[in-house]
Amino acid sequence: MKDMNAATTPALHIDGLRKSFGKTEIIRGIDLSIGRGERHAVIGPNGAGKSTLFNLITARFPATAGKVELHGQDLAGLAPYQINRMGLSRSFQITNIFSNMTVFENVRCSLLWSQGYKYSFWNLVSRSRELTEGADAILEQINLLNRRNLPAGTLSYAEQRALEIGITIAGGADVIMLDEPTAGMSHSETDYIVELIRKVTENKTLVMVEHDMGVVFGLADYISVLVYGEIIATGRPEEVRGNPKVQEAYLGAALEAEH
Amino acid sequence: MTDQLTTDPAKPAQRMRAGSMSITLMPWIIASLLLLFLPFIFQANSAITIMNQMSITIIFALAYNMLLGQGGMLSFGHAVYMGVGGFACVHIMNMDDFFANIPLPLLPVFGGLFGMGLATIVGAFSTRKAGTVFAMISLGVGELIAACSVIIVAFFGGEEGISGDRTYGMPFFGVEFLQQIEVYYLIAFWVIISAALMYLFSRTPVGRMANAVRDNPERAEFLGYSARWVRFYSFVASGFFAGVAGALFAINYEILTEENLNLVTSGQILLVTFLGGVGFFFGPILGAIVFTLVQTVLSLQTELWAFYAGVLFVATVMFFPGGLAGVLMMHVPAMRLGKAKLLVVPYIKTLLPALIGILGLSALVEMVFHFRHAATGDHEMTLFWTTFDSHTLLPWIVAVVITVAAFWLMRMNMPGMVAAWHQANTVGKDRA
Ligand SMILES: Nc1ncnc2c1ncn2[C@@H]1O[C@H](COP(=O)(O)OP(=O)(O)OP(=O)(O)O)[C@@H](O)[C@H]1O
Ligand SMILES: [Mg+2]
Repeated sequence: MKDMNAATTPALHIDGLRKSFGKTEIIRGIDLSIGRGERHAVIGPNGAGKSTLFNLITARFPATAGKVELHGQDLAGLAPYQINRMGLSRSFQITNIFSNMTVFENVRCSLLWSQGYKYSFWNLVSRSRELTEGADAILEQINLLNRRNLPAGTLSYAEQRALEIGITIAGGADVIMLDEPTAGMSHSETDYIVELIRKVTENKTLVMVEHDMGVVFGLADYISVLVYGEIIATGRPEEVRGNPKVQEAYLGAALEAEH
Repeated sequence: MTDQLTTDPAKPAQRMRAGSMSITLMPWIIASLLLLFLPFIFQANSAITIMNQMSITIIFALAYNMLLGQGGMLSFGHAVYMGVGGFACVHIMNMDDFFANIPLPLLPVFGGLFGMGLATIVGAFSTRKAGTVFAMISLGVGELIAACSVIIVAFFGGEEGISGDRTYGMPFFGVEFLQQIEVYYLIAFWVIISAALMYLFSRTPVGRMANAVRDNPERAEFLGYSARWVRFYSFVASGFFAGVAGALFAINYEILTEENLNLVTSGQILLVTFLGGVGFFFGPILGAIVFTLVQTVLSLQTELWAFYAGVLFVATVMFFPGGLAGVLMMHVPAMRLGKAKLLVVPYIKTLLPALIGILGLSALVEMVFHFRHAATGDHEMTLFWTTFDSHTLLPWIVAVVITVAAFWLMRMNMPGMVAAWHQANTVGKDRA
């Protein structure tokens, strides 16, 4: 039974999710299903609660109410590391890397759990070809091979953003959540990162917060518009683009800003 | 002309593997040879005693740095793990029948297990959080167990402590460890083994993640690792090696007292480790060597040795937060560029006056101390092989003049040193 359901169970299923900080309710009842292999963009104005939604899904914050399921499994009460082990990996809007460690070490650490090393104290990391080559392959993808042995904290902003993505995708999670991956990048860097995201999320589920509408419409299969803690529309890009409510609340302004 | 130094990106994986064995093994071989031959150079019993103490401190400091440097946990009570390992070993020495079947060189394993056992219990709750919470728990537990020493007299022996006799163990290839030199080699063996194991630990997945959790526990959690359990494993491993150090202490001194557990000892190892430098694996080794020398050699010369040690620590924290190891490693880029030799003369021109100035300053400190605290009528003091009357003006004038002149000379030569430093760290041709 379970196997038959697997194909139809959504990768992520969110049901009545709410979050209040003190008295203000920031997430005000979100229901959302994201299918397997879908590339789903969450858009919305500043302060709408997009990052908070990510934080709730990944258990960075506890939700006030509602539930989140990953591949049909309830995430209630699980810690971020447990959720990560179930195959969900995320990046952060504000770069969140290991700044005193080298770029290579950053990526290698991101590979450890997924390659089954757990809390091993009987393996030497430098002895593992899979680790070294795997980390270098990621570095090559994110164009940081020439920064390999520098402390991550000394990289430029755009390079740190690339590393942030590298760390997120390294473990090979099948649900990947990226919070504004291209923020602060130049045009050419953005193009490159979009191609990279497309490549590494092949056959995976991608949930992405993004302000750059070029990126959103280029990459997303589905779009959800989050305004003031509520999803006002979900659908195919062309449907969302034509939705008058969305036009009014967000897209009109956002698309104008593009030009 | 000030390009940043970057390593060659071409084929980094291969480059890292090729030659890495010989490069990483070299320091270990040198250290082993040094430990092997040091007793031939320093043959006096007092020298052996100092070296034994140094080795024990090295293990303890390295174990401590598994927490502080590698794992980002600041402990104010780490002496208890060393102490409990040591106390347990003295008890084993006193269990005649059992001890008679154990060769002495194996005893540190037991010390380690006891240290580890205690660390497992305490770590189970103390490693949940790093930072202030961890530090406070370590302080509380340290105080608690030190207080136990007068409560649980059967184990800790109250105020006198407990003593044993290492020679009752099973002879080890005929060696009964009656002589200091035999103990020296036992300890030397354990220094190498422990240091190597701790180094290897830092290279394992959990050791690497200890660094990651130190830098950014939250991000580590989003990579599948529980920050708390990563800390716990480091803590337990550190407890083991602290226990080994305690066992070696028990073997060397054959007595343990409350002093081995208390907060003074815990504070001292923090200072030793910091002095050596927490950022590099070998830092605590340097710290242990320098501190033991200050503690033993300097304490024979002056009653004020603890004062100088304090000044040394404050100066380290303020001016060289990377510790001695940090100062050494600062020179690696210049060495890579082959320009380190540019620094030799400017260093001598600046640091020699600085040294003389510091000695002059310490002479003044000693004179003040003598002037204030010597028995009435005792006006004669000896300093730097010179005997003089501390109640006449001339020695004071000499000391002040030398000190001021030396520091003035240092200041004069400082810009030259700074310029040489920049030149030595700049890529490209020297410009005259
Ligand atoms: N930890 C917190 N405590 C209190 N308020 C918070 C917290 N995190 C977020 N908020 C508030 O919740 C609201 C939504 O923030 P959030 O970061 O989720 O917005 P966002 O949609 O990601 O915006 P942006 O596009 O600027 O990144 C904001 O008003 C913010 O001030
Ligand atoms: Mg945000």
